[in-house]
Amino acid sequence: MALSVVIVTLVSLAFVGSAMLLQIQVGKLKDDWYDRVEVSIFLCPNVSDVATCKSGPVTAAQENNIRNVLQTGALEDLVERVYYESKEEAWENLLESRPDDFLVQQLTADDMQPSFRVKLKDPEQFEVVSSATANLDGVEYVVDQRQVFGTLFMILNRSTLLAASLAIVMLLAAVLLITTTIRLSALSRRRETTIMRMVGSSKVLIQLPFMLEGIIAAAAGAILSIVGLWLTVRYLVQDWLQSSDLNWVDSISQNDVFSVAPWLLLIALGLSGIASVVTLGRYTSA
Amino acid sequence: MIKFDNVSKVFTRGARPALDEVTVTIERGDFAFLVGASGSGKSTFLKLVLREERPTSGRIHVAGRDLGKIASWRVPLLRREIGAVFQDFRLLPNKTVFQNVGFALQVIGKNRRYIDASVPEILNLVGLEGKEKRLPHELSGGEQQRVAIARAFVNRPPILLCDEPTGNLDPGTSIGIMKLLDRINRTGTTVLMATHDDLIVDQMRKRVIELKDGRVVRDQAQGGFGLEPA
Repeated sequence: MALSVVIVTLVSLAFVGSAMLLQIQVGKLKDDWYDRVEVSIFLCPNVSDVATCKSGPVTAAQENNIRNVLQTGALEDLVERVYYESKEEAWENLLESRPDDFLVQQLTADDMQPSFRVKLKDPEQFEVVSSATANLDGVEYVVDQRQVFGTLFMILNRSTLLAASLAIVMLLAAVLLITTTIRLSALSRRRETTIMRMVGSSKVLIQLPFMLEGIIAAAAGAILSIVGLWLTVRYLVQDWLQSSDLNWVDSISQNDVFSVAPWLLLIALGLSGIASVVTLGRYTSA
Repeated sequence: MIKFDNVSKVFTRGARPALDEVTVTIERGDFAFLVGASGSGKSTFLKLVLREERPTSGRIHVAGRDLGKIASWRVPLLRREIGAVFQDFRLLPNKTVFQNVGFALQVIGKNRRYIDASVPEILNLVGLEGKEKRLPHELSGGEQQRVAIARAFVNRPPILLCDEPTGNLDPGTSIGIMKLLDRINRTGTTVLMATHDDLIVDQMRKRVIELKDGRVVRDQAQGGFGLEPA
């Protein structure tokens, strides 16, 4: 019976821990990536059927106009920095990031399009910049890089929600199981507790062994779940990420597991404590 | 020592009360029998003394305490002043005689040395010397009841409650148990014994409190089991 409590606590707290770690990971990614992301204003290439590009590829006058809009007037306070990426630079960057790609090698600098890379003081102000520039002549389209990550964050957030919902169900199962275990244990030792009560043993002394049984089993489950999370982070998240293309991602570390650990332990102790108080009040009282 | 003042106990609303306005005083050092048919209220009386139940109305004093005013955390302290013996002995089957008796001291926080000194002494008193290492199933019924009495009395409580202690024993063995209870009573311990055993009540000639349908119908010093013709 105690073993089943250990296992259910282990599984439920593993879900709780995963949800917590996922949220820490989301936070890290946001901190890391939102610092880097920019608004990209792509300028008209040689061929485009967008209305603002009817006059052909972007001209120097159009570029100056766009730069003026970004750096003066209403946008001045929002924009931190404007960086111009020419066709040649775009081509070099592409070549650098995908040196082995056959298709990339077929391209020339002339196939690329120039762009303004705008760093905002507050990334949330994307809409203002976008609406001020999207309809200017010479602008093909405006991209908020944050939207690229939006899907990823959505997936991570939904995984957190899923893990948290599973955690709640499992925690409920854990409470019920701990309650049942303590009750069975108390019933099987009823003769002993009756005698203890009769000879004037204090309530604490009568109930303590059962409480400890539940608490120790739950704590063991919590510790195992912490070990499990630690191993997962160490060997799955870190080793796997380091060896994959995503090695530039700032991933969660074992330290994050240790920051989650006290909460998991606290939840385990709290649950078993509540379960035993509720159960024992009924089964060993005078 | 035990004082019931107009005590009634109703278990289910509307049903006949288990005890109906009972007023009884049992003095320190008394030996009293509680007699009556099954369902007359004997067990309820004992449960009220142990504060396993609380009266519906009336006041109960035990060992100088008003049970209506005693805080629930102090109930264990009250029970340390009352030894209880039951018809079914209630021994722990996997513990030896010594451990069964020592258990009562252990669970109220007495230390090893105290236990090692007190248990042989009480086993001697109840006539079980030399049987410390036996398990309950290796003992006769009478011997098991002696272990139960030893356990109830090892802490030297001023009150000993006995609920049909001879109910499972043959007449010869019962007499031995009664002699033991009498000896304990002579040490100044108040003994209250609920029983069906007319032979014993008639032989002992102690105080008899008879209950019928929850009421005290007789309270007689040196009485017999039944009401004797005048």
